[in-house]
Amino acid sequence: MTRYLLPLGIFIVIVAFLAVGLKLDPKHIPSPFIGKPAPDFNLPDLHNPEKSVSVKDLQGKVWLLNVWASWCVSCRAEHDVVKRFVARGAAPVYGLNYKDERADALAWLRQLGDPYEASLIDYKGDAGIDWGVYGVPETFVIDHEGIVRHKQVGPVTDEIIENTILPLVLELKAAVPGDKGA
Amino acid sequence: MMRFILTVLLILPVSLLADIDAYEFDDPNKEILYKKLIKELRCTVCQNQDIADSNAELAQDLRRKTYDMVQQGKDEEFVLDYMSQRYGDFVLYRPRLQTNTLLLWVGPFIILLIGVFVLMRFIRRKPVAASDGLSSEERKRAEQLLERDE
Repeated sequence: MTRYLLPLGIFIVIVAFLAVGLKLDPKHIPSPFIGKPAPDFNLPDLHNPEKSVSVKDLQGKVWLLNVWASWCVSCRAEHDVVKRFVARGAAPVYGLNYKDERADALAWLRQLGDPYEASLIDYKGDAGIDWGVYGVPETFVIDHEGIVRHKQVGPVTDEIIENTILPLVLELKAAVPGDKGA
Repeated sequence: MMRFILTVLLILPVSLLADIDAYEFDDPNKEILYKKLIKELRCTVCQNQDIADSNAELAQDLRRKTYDMVQQGKDEEFVLDYMSQRYGDFVLYRPRLQTNTLLLWVGPFIILLIGVFVLMRFIRRKPVAASDGLSSEERKRAEQLLERDE
């Protein structure tokens, strides 16, 4: 009996492993930042390059960092979703203008609208490297203590906002002392 | 004139090649380290290439970053830490030995041990299978028959 059961058992185990492997998304790389302090940056504002914003300035509030570029096609698709999210007033969204020409970026915002609290210029992509950015667009959720709570690689959709990001933001805001939601 | 054009044409591809990442090192050891490192780091955009092979923008940036760090005299460990802190263990082509990669490192040896175990059992069983299953009486008869043939 075992003579037949053993190969069958091995077969089932292999099938189980392969089935799990098929469902894994190789493009999804777990971010090492989740639960860790957000990497600092101090970058000039796109609209007003004399002014700069650093991660420390944002301490004390829940905010989102949305990495975008005018050359990035899926950012264009994502833009309306970002605008809808900002319109709900749950949390400010800061843009990281990743490896972009300033004139192109400004034109892009003029054309599509500018929902960002501020967009920060990362011309050489150094801040992008610090944040482990590898595929634009990417979106991070940072809590009031400056801890990265969530990372979305690729465009954010209404569904992701509804199911993941908004509930998380509300939960994080509830944890902020002296700030009772939007 | 023809000779001049040919010379230019011959030199052109070489100079174009040299344009890609023309990094200069003040120490040949740094160059060796740099070349080693860019072979060890995976490009996260084009996942089955190291950053030496890839020409994705990100790979170029990571090469530049690696060059900067090597030129500043940072050692291998520092650069690998720097990258894995930002991009996760995924960027390392050679996974480090840690709790979540233990099975990865030890697994092949476990499978080898299982293989040796199964093989030994198989070899030990062999002599039993080699017996022809004849009783001594049958064997005698067989021998007699064989003798008669000769």
